[in-house]
Amino acid sequence: MNALPCTIYISFLGALLALAAGMRSAATARVVALLTALTSCGVTLYAASQFVPSQGLQTLIDVPWIPQLGIRYHLAADGISLTLIVLTGIAAVAGILFSWNIEERTGEFFALFLALIGGVYGVFMSADGFTLFVFYEIAIVPKYFLIANWGSTNREYGAMKLVLYSFAGSALVLAGLLWAYAAAIAHGAAPSFGLGDIAQAATQFSRHEQLGMFALVFLGFAVLAGMFPFHTWAPTGHVAAPTAASMLLAGVVMKLGAYGCLRVAMPLFPVGLMFWQPLIAWLAIIGIIYAGLVALVQQDFKFVIGYSSVSHMGFVLLGLAAANTTAVSGAVLQMFSHGVIAGLLFAVVGRMVYERTHTRQLADLRAMPLHRLMPFAAMTFVLAGLASMGMPGFSGFPAELTILIGAWKTSPTWALVAAVGVLIAAAFTLRVLQVSFFGTTEGTAEPASHHHDHPLPPITWPERVGALLLIAATLYVGLKPDILLDWITPALQSPLFHAALKGGSL
Amino acid sequence: MSPDYLQLLRALYPEIALVLGALVALGLDLTVARRHTLEERRGMSLWIGTLAIVAAMAHVWLGSRGSVFGGVLMLDKLAVATRFGVLGLALLTLGMVRGARVLRHPAEYVAIILFATIGFTLMAAAQQLLVAFLALELASLSLYVLAGFDKTSPASSEAALKYFLFGGVSAAFLLFGFSLIYGVTGSIELGEIAHQLTVQHLTPLLIVGLVMILVAFGFKAAAAPFQLWAPDVYEGAPPASAALIASASKLAGLVLFTRLLWNGLGATSGSAATATGQPGWLPVLAIISGASMLLGNLGALAQTNVRRLLAYSAISHAGALLLGVIAVGAGSEHRMVWPVFFYAATYGLATVGAFGIVGVVDRANPGGCQRLTDLVGLYRRSPLLAGCLAIFILSLAGIPPLAGFFGKFAVFAAALQLGGISGPAGWLTVLAIAMSAVALYYYLLILKQALVVKPAESVQRIAIPPMTALTILVAAALIVVLGVCPSLVLSRL
Repeated sequence: MNALPCTIYISFLGALLALAAGMRSAATARVVALLTALTSCGVTLYAASQFVPSQGLQTLIDVPWIPQLGIRYHLAADGISLTLIVLTGIAAVAGILFSWNIEERTGEFFALFLALIGGVYGVFMSADGFTLFVFYEIAIVPKYFLIANWGSTNREYGAMKLVLYSFAGSALVLAGLLWAYAAAIAHGAAPSFGLGDIAQAATQFSRHEQLGMFALVFLGFAVLAGMFPFHTWAPTGHVAAPTAASMLLAGVVMKLGAYGCLRVAMPLFPVGLMFWQPLIAWLAIIGIIYAGLVALVQQDFKFVIGYSSVSHMGFVLLGLAAANTTAVSGAVLQMFSHGVIAGLLFAVVGRMVYERTHTRQLADLRAMPLHRLMPFAAMTFVLAGLASMGMPGFSGFPAELTILIGAWKTSPTWALVAAVGVLIAAAFTLRVLQVSFFGTTEGTAEPASHHHDHPLPPITWPERVGALLLIAATLYVGLKPDILLDWITPALQSPLFHAALKGGSL
Repeated sequence: MSPDYLQLLRALYPEIALVLGALVALGLDLTVARRHTLEERRGMSLWIGTLAIVAAMAHVWLGSRGSVFGGVLMLDKLAVATRFGVLGLALLTLGMVRGARVLRHPAEYVAIILFATIGFTLMAAAQQLLVAFLALELASLSLYVLAGFDKTSPASSEAALKYFLFGGVSAAFLLFGFSLIYGVTGSIELGEIAHQLTVQHLTPLLIVGLVMILVAFGFKAAAAPFQLWAPDVYEGAPPASAALIASASKLAGLVLFTRLLWNGLGATSGSAATATGQPGWLPVLAIISGASMLLGNLGALAQTNVRRLLAYSAISHAGALLLGVIAVGAGSEHRMVWPVFFYAATYGLATVGAFGIVGVVDRANPGGCQRLTDLVGLYRRSPLLAGCLAIFILSLAGIPPLAGFFGKFAVFAAALQLGGISGPAGWLTVLAIAMSAVALYYYLLILKQALVVKPAESVQRIAIPPMTALTILVAAALIVVLGVCPSLVLSRL
């Protein structure tokens, strides 16, 4: 376990090395980046094998950082952190495999990518508000350059919008955290940004302080989690981003927001949670259904996936808003599940299909017999689509089911309305699957198209390995969700979450 | 109390070193260096200036502490840190001069930078109105000359004239304010003034005096509504002059006025809550601060000239710095001065760096470096410059783990301790945090040109003089180190 912080340092070091290697050759930079990601992924898996869930939040390192303000460099991990750290490790490796074809400014690409990964690892381990915030912001800026430099459609607009939304969200978080810090001092506590310390001091805050702080911090994080109506950055950003960045943005970075809501906003300000709970739940449900409906009518393949991410993240927010152990453990499971599945979907759309056909318009793709031209991509997308719809056997099923059961415990209405979202997800996934990969099956009259004259480049080995890695992850967790739930549930039953979550477990 | 001239001499070793350096640079340039090229003469003067500043820094580091010459100067921790800071910033500025376009009369340029620095170091320690005013004027007059030093450029002359007119008027205000304060309290010593004011009411005369001092402060900090000079000066002045105006001058001015307001006039501070609070200078400062943040950030959004953009960013930072001055009241006995000091010092560091890079690009481009598009393709023309520019600009934007972030963070944390988010400085803090999201947009516009936009096929690499490259690297490294470990500085304050 104690090796976990190394993942942060390895990633940052790898970023520097990749930058240096990129000056010499692109191939070296790739290898350096892959080795870095593999090493940190290996460290997380090793730590996971040593993990004892019943111990609750385990401190990994805790040293004074800026004593003048009571800031400590405090990293800790419990089952929730570990789930997301493992997800980050897998997503990082897959992302690098799927960006194997980046030829332009390769070193810089991987340096930014790894810096982003390092920040993400850091957020998932932070137990000090300041430390968490620092890592959170480190993860923001690289996104701009990744999208603006290596992106596609409307990339500068998408990059700027995404970064400004993220940064505005983090400004809200900063305001909320600083307010809580100052209020804790005013109530006689020693200056500290430790999440545990603030939670303790927050029990003495007045009701309106709790409501205000919760609103600031939760909303700030929820922007990054894609909460309706602050989700509009997500589809444009994901579409503009290069494949690896889309995978990472949808797969991991949106989880930063949800994780912040769960780790900071909810346990620190339970009174605020009680007050805002219905509003958050309804916004989440609107997000699920609205984004699903929008995905249903998109003409751009990648926009379908972009909106589906917003829809699936709505389930995470609903699980958090339901605020019982079942629903929240389902939410964490969904974070993992969606992280893997969204990565897979974006990989197929952005790398396998778009890089070869140079179009993402469903009308164009319909004319190409993609299931024959690239059977591997079609197979991958079928599996990913099934997983995304919540088919049993894949990780999406236990996750969304658990969320809906948990939501039912809090309010049956929520669960009933949200369940409609599952149907919509099936609808838009099947539609896009049919149109893009099996399009020509309906019009047999079409003659052998000219695409046969220019066979598409074959799927490369890095792509195959990356796709298999992600498919294996979603299948493994889908068939044996206990492996993650056994980590998550004890973490939620720890005293940290007592005030926020009420009763109920699987 | 008999004045101790020997003690005064010892306390002024740094200033003496600077004067000697300036005179030696001028003298050698007039005698030995007559036949050399402008570039060589500049190089020699810069070495002498560098030596003088390093000697001054050593004296500051090792020199005496405490009250000097019957309380004329106060060499407390803040003064020592500020002197060290302004000397460091001046040193970096000298390094940046080397990379910028060669101007005529290089020795005079270096000498005047040193004279300005003397003004800054005295401002950092002044504890008496007269010394404060003289130090401020020494610095200001030198800066007017520096702003107009590029005699081939009409914009530079315009900058100098505008700066001089604004500065002259604000100096008149300041002097008048001082004389009123003297009239009311009968003293020019800050300690004595503070003592007198505790027993006096806020008379109209005193209020007029306070307002006049705030006008001069607003000018020095480039805060709204006294900011009009800033965009023109930053645009027209030689980049190294602009760097000094934006960095060391700001730090010294900020410390001087913080001392003046809190140590001298603290009893008349009133409450920062504008509508309901007690009258005093805090509510005025709060309004100036809020106006600067709004005007600076919104004004910057519309800029297409990189130097004017930096000027508007300076105006917005001035607003945040004034918030830091307000937050000084959060500590016991108004001693919470380190956040604003840290903020001003690191802001100066980032600005010197940014202007240094503007200077280098200015020299390399045939058309200079004015528009944002002049930075296009910097990542290909010089990866070093592009990388360091990213560090400086992101530090200005307040992105962790760079020093600019921690400065802001500490100021906000202190400001909120004045009574939480609904407290007197709460609305300002919220405004400042909200504005930081606005600011990121225009900072990213700079970086977009430098790091994202693809240049034309044939780009010329930019040659950087080794000393300038070193200076830029040192500034960038300091920003990273101070951002990751701010305690290195804080533990000494």
